[in-house]
Amino acid sequence: MQPLTRFAAPACPLPLANLDTDQIVPARFMKQPRSAGYGQFLLHDLRYDAEGRARADFILNHPEAEGARSLVTRRNFGAGSSREAAVYALVDFGFRCVVAPSFGDIFSANAVNNGLLPATVEEADLELLFDYLCDRPMPLEVDLERCRLRAGEREFPFAVNPVWRTKLINGWDDIGMTQRYRAAIDRFAAKRLRDFPWVGPGQPVPSNEA
Amino acid sequence: MTTPARQPSTLFDKVWNAHEILRDDNGRSLLWIDRHFVHEGSFHAFDKLRERDLPVARPELTFGIADHYVPTLRRSGEPVGDPAIRGMIEQLNDNTDRNGIALFGLDDPRQGIVHVVGPEQGLTQPGLIIVCGDSHTATHGAFGAIAFGIGASEVAHVLATQTLWQTRPKQMRLTVTGNLAPGVTAKDIALTWIARLGADGARGHTIEYAGDAIEALSMEARLTLCNLSIEGGARCGLVAPDETTLAYLRDRPLGPHGPQFERAARYWSSLATDDGARFDRDVVIEAAEIAPTVTWGVSPEEALPIDQQVPDPAVMEDGEKARQAHDSLTYMGLMPGQKLTDVVIDRVFIGSCTNARIEDLRAAAAVLEGRRARVPGLVSPGSSLVKRQAEAEGLHEIFLAAGLEWRASGCSMCVGMNGDQVASGERCASTTNRNFKGRQGPGARTHLMSPAMVAAAAVTGRLTDVRRL
Repeated sequence: MQPLTRFAAPACPLPLANLDTDQIVPARFMKQPRSAGYGQFLLHDLRYDAEGRARADFILNHPEAEGARSLVTRRNFGAGSSREAAVYALVDFGFRCVVAPSFGDIFSANAVNNGLLPATVEEADLELLFDYLCDRPMPLEVDLERCRLRAGEREFPFAVNPVWRTKLINGWDDIGMTQRYRAAIDRFAAKRLRDFPWVGPGQPVPSNEA
Repeated sequence: MTTPARQPSTLFDKVWNAHEILRDDNGRSLLWIDRHFVHEGSFHAFDKLRERDLPVARPELTFGIADHYVPTLRRSGEPVGDPAIRGMIEQLNDNTDRNGIALFGLDDPRQGIVHVVGPEQGLTQPGLIIVCGDSHTATHGAFGAIAFGIGASEVAHVLATQTLWQTRPKQMRLTVTGNLAPGVTAKDIALTWIARLGADGARGHTIEYAGDAIEALSMEARLTLCNLSIEGGARCGLVAPDETTLAYLRDRPLGPHGPQFERAARYWSSLATDDGARFDRDVVIEAAEIAPTVTWGVSPEEALPIDQQVPDPAVMEDGEKARQAHDSLTYMGLMPGQKLTDVVIDRVFIGSCTNARIEDLRAAAAVLEGRRARVPGLVSPGSSLVKRQAEAEGLHEIFLAAGLEWRASGCSMCVGMNGDQVASGERCASTTNRNFKGRQGPGARTHLMSPAMVAAAAVTGRLTDVRRL
């Protein structure tokens, strides 16, 4: 995973609350392999009309949205379905950071596992950010080391779980890290089965024999 | 030196602590995972493993279930018509087969929705940690397990290591005191607390549901309640195991039997929150305040008792809330101040991991018996075994006589992945869990409610208070 420390790039304002993962990537696109590129599906039904024409007034269709690296939005972003495809859509579009007052818990975990920063800001600061962005992509500096956003002359603090911050800064991957504890895991597994012998499940008889 | 007195602990603490392999310098716990379920959507995780040439560490602890994409209109053994959907189901067959994972596949008589099949087969038990790449995994918490939804990266991590790194969440206790009135269900408890606290009201928390009204709930109803934890932002919700739990668990095919069951039952009975244990947050709701509830908007928090009116954004004080309500009403095609019982529907759906267990089908059938539905609709049982049970009880004949379709089991019209969708602009009274924009199909308008309330809406063609029918 690519480490994330500091970057300056346009940020897109999207002042909507409760943007659930069903809206971020509608279910009908989820049969696609990741190699298809999920950026094309990002917020599809807000971005395109029923005939598939781009809605000119939607922020992701703004000519400067292409270079955007941050999305600024309202509370409870990424609520609902655990689909990691929602994060793939954001990342494949080019985003490295989503700024909001709150996020769905599963979404945040998925984001961090893909190098996308969920940056939590105070509601009052969010309104100031929207004032600054108005209705177009504008430069925003994201500094993960200092947990600060710089918008023009102003700076805003953001919060992120410190474990996630370390992980994002270093571009760490959990599987690699966990494998170092293999012996401890094996010991634990053996003890668990000894102490709680019923937790090892029965195996179903294959259906053609059931 | 004296041993310090043991701190009183919560049900959640007891289960978490029993699974902690180690804790890192940042306070993250490496947790052992007892059960893992995969479905057609889990292919991203299998792809990740393949890219890194990693084997599945403990294939005997993962179970595959075909549910998200399965057709509900097809006879057993027939090929699946849509090649893209067929591909999704075959991909799950391949991934489980290649890795030695047991599968409840398309034509297995035990196939169904993962959160119905797990409990039914005895794979879901108190005291376990259970995960699945599906946010409604919270359902399994009804047994006093820690169960939560995970993303594809975490699914890959579980497959590769049978563990997960997690930071201990905050804990909230939601107590429902007194008795629920007739016609009021677990669905109404859930929609009521989510409307009060918000769709992110329990974010960052796990919930323990407690109180007389919860203890009186059947296992099926507890599953409904825990299922909807995520709609209020909680990744998991639990109910302490009791006699109701033990009675359900006895003689399940893949659970413990005989002396092993008795030994397990003694441990399960110890999994209750100690007196004096501390919660980060305590919320109390009186059961008597809860009425049959329906959603009017595009978030589960936009819910009201059926005898109320659609809100009027013009009289809302908070400008942002008013703008949001206006947006919801526009999408839903509703008038401010309109009585909920005046809202005319186009179709109904009875199904999903939330409300398609046998008790749900009985509740809907009780309302529909001897009546005709004024609108079309589907009934998709939560599992193939629930379907068989319902047929043994003759419930399917009631649904068919009412004019509804009796389909096979799967996620179906809750998420629309298999092609069962609500048409754009159509209004559906639904026993499901999400009224999100486009959830049941692009442009679909969803009203969430209990199975009996959906049945009542089917009979009148409008949102209806089942108590007045």
